[in-house]
Amino acid sequence: MQTPTPALERSFTEFTSLLAHLPNAHVDTDQIIPARFLTTTQRAGLGKFCFNDWRYAADGSERADFVLHQPAFRGAGILLAGHNFGCGSSREHAPWALLDFGIRVVIATEIADIFRSNALKNGLLAIVVDAAAEAQLKQHVGQSLSIDLQACEIRGLASGAIAFTLDQFARECMLRGVDQLGYLLGESALIDAFEAQRAA
Amino acid sequence: MRTIVEKIWDAHQVRAETAAVPAMLYVDLHLIHEVTSPQAFAELRARALAVRRPERTLATMDHSTPTVQNPDGTPRYHDAATREQVETLQRNCAEFGIELHGFGSDYHGIVHVIGPELGATQPGMTIVCGDSHTATHGAFGALAFGIGTTEVGHVLATQSLLQRRPKTFAIHVDAELSEQVSAKDLILHIIGQIGVDGGTGHVLEFRGSAVRALDMEARMTLCNMSIEAGARAGLVAPDEVTFAWLRERPMAPRGAAFDAACLRWAALATDEGAHYDKEIRIDARKVKPTLTWGTNPAQVVAIDERVPAHEGNQRAEQALRYMRFQAGRTLVGERVDVVFIGSCTNSRLSDLRSAAEVLRGRRVAANVRMLVVPGSAMIKREAEALGLDQVFKLAGAEWREPGCSMCIAMNGDLVAPGQLAVSTSNRNFEGRQGPGARTVLASPRTAAACAVAGRIVDVTQLSMEAA
Repeated sequence: MQTPTPALERSFTEFTSLLAHLPNAHVDTDQIIPARFLTTTQRAGLGKFCFNDWRYAADGSERADFVLHQPAFRGAGILLAGHNFGCGSSREHAPWALLDFGIRVVIATEIADIFRSNALKNGLLAIVVDAAAEAQLKQHVGQSLSIDLQACEIRGLASGAIAFTLDQFARECMLRGVDQLGYLLGESALIDAFEAQRAA
Repeated sequence: MRTIVEKIWDAHQVRAETAAVPAMLYVDLHLIHEVTSPQAFAELRARALAVRRPERTLATMDHSTPTVQNPDGTPRYHDAATREQVETLQRNCAEFGIELHGFGSDYHGIVHVIGPELGATQPGMTIVCGDSHTATHGAFGALAFGIGTTEVGHVLATQSLLQRRPKTFAIHVDAELSEQVSAKDLILHIIGQIGVDGGTGHVLEFRGSAVRALDMEARMTLCNMSIEAGARAGLVAPDEVTFAWLRERPMAPRGAAFDAACLRWAALATDEGAHYDKEIRIDARKVKPTLTWGTNPAQVVAIDERVPAHEGNQRAEQALRYMRFQAGRTLVGERVDVVFIGSCTNSRLSDLRSAAEVLRGRRVAANVRMLVVPGSAMIKREAEALGLDQVFKLAGAEWREPGCSMCIAMNGDLVAPGQLAVSTSNRNFEGRQGPGARTVLASPRTAAACAVAGRIVDVTQLSMEAA
């Protein structure tokens, strides 16, 4: 029995936006969204807490020294992040917060396993690039770039497009705007057989 | 020739992976808690789906639960949101037929403490939870890893996950740990060696004589922090120590079935000559009491070691600024405001005992607030039967109800801005224990010694003084 698969909020084929740069290495998910904002039972509306403790002073005012508050980065949808972005806690609230904050693509030389898995399941494209590609991207900070998921290319760089790889399955799901639960439910006969064989 | 990881993986493949599709991996045990499950249940409800295997699902509340009670014994919530979150879990478990070890249950507690206590955690299993410290269960030779909320929904609905096969990383720990040096010191030392991302994409297998010599609670501490090296999981092959611990646990097999299970479990160990993708050797004799100086768990020093200089390293300089520590000095003598004994890393009976040994006949320094939070209701009962609660209270520490408490600071137990906490938990990230809180991770013994001294001290030195 094939269960109908609800679409993700948005499918992802091509995306054009400004490139912001958060150079800090090892940004953990406690920085992306501090734990005290996880008392919600919802997934919507977390953007206002994204990078909360770096974004706001104790009195609630915006901190001008927070890197993403630079005028050139306002409204940016592509984030060039430091090495090992998203380490630490498995909270899916981190990609939910980033998406609600307006980020659709995170690019880094390494992205922590659980965060990357969570991101891709929510339509937040997580791209791992090598140091050479990172160096090229740093030349285009504050400029508009395009991400083509069909061709797996980052475009708009003076030096030419950067090719990237992504897990085939995650890419297919994002391109079609489908989620993985529908796929798993569609394979329930296999799960039945596996359980029956173990019980035997 | 296969590693233990490959043996467990192969036995749980509903379907093997291809280039196009990840493996479908069957999940033996799914642990859930109040913080990362509500949105998954909402998804099930929206799609009119049932929980496929409620009997393979175990729930408790721990992250946002209060560790203080009202006079009538009911939980004293920090705010309406945490109450609502806990009540949502209660409603979801009732609606979907999931067993909940809630307040009042003999087995209420931190999810990674009660799984093993119940004997629900067993060798060779695949175990998942919407929590990155799920690797704790790897101490029993299970493949246990943290997942996100979307995946919690996948497991609830299908008891399966789509996963790529992980790489393997052998951590050989030779010789034996010195007295006064614990599994916590060892894992901090290991993370310091391989880095906060040294395990990315890998499952760590802790091996060697020093690991074999550890009891189960110490092995849980070791595996617990695998994620702090970026690893997908961490485990120790099961042996007689494991089997002895599991015997007679409520959910473990009984009688002849237990003996048969032990034979199966013994065969899980990595075959001689099996290939690992990465390997490292650690000499246990060189591990000293170890603490963190920075804002991630790889930024460590031995107690007598100076904080290294990191000129030009922006991440390290930012960490030092945040921590208000200076390169070129040891941490010894830094004034301490808070000491926390607890968390899924170090809240078990042996942890409480080693802290109590240091505190017995001593007083917590006047400048220190000390919180002792047992990992479960069962540990609380056992500790009280041994009189450990009295040792803590007489020393001036607070003795609380079980929960995650000050490790994640969601429930009102938190460190004030700028205060320095010596904590037995697992993360020293900026703001982890409260906005502006400065965290030094350490073993229970070191933490207790710091509470007595009111500053960071070498526990091996303190123990020479008369109590």
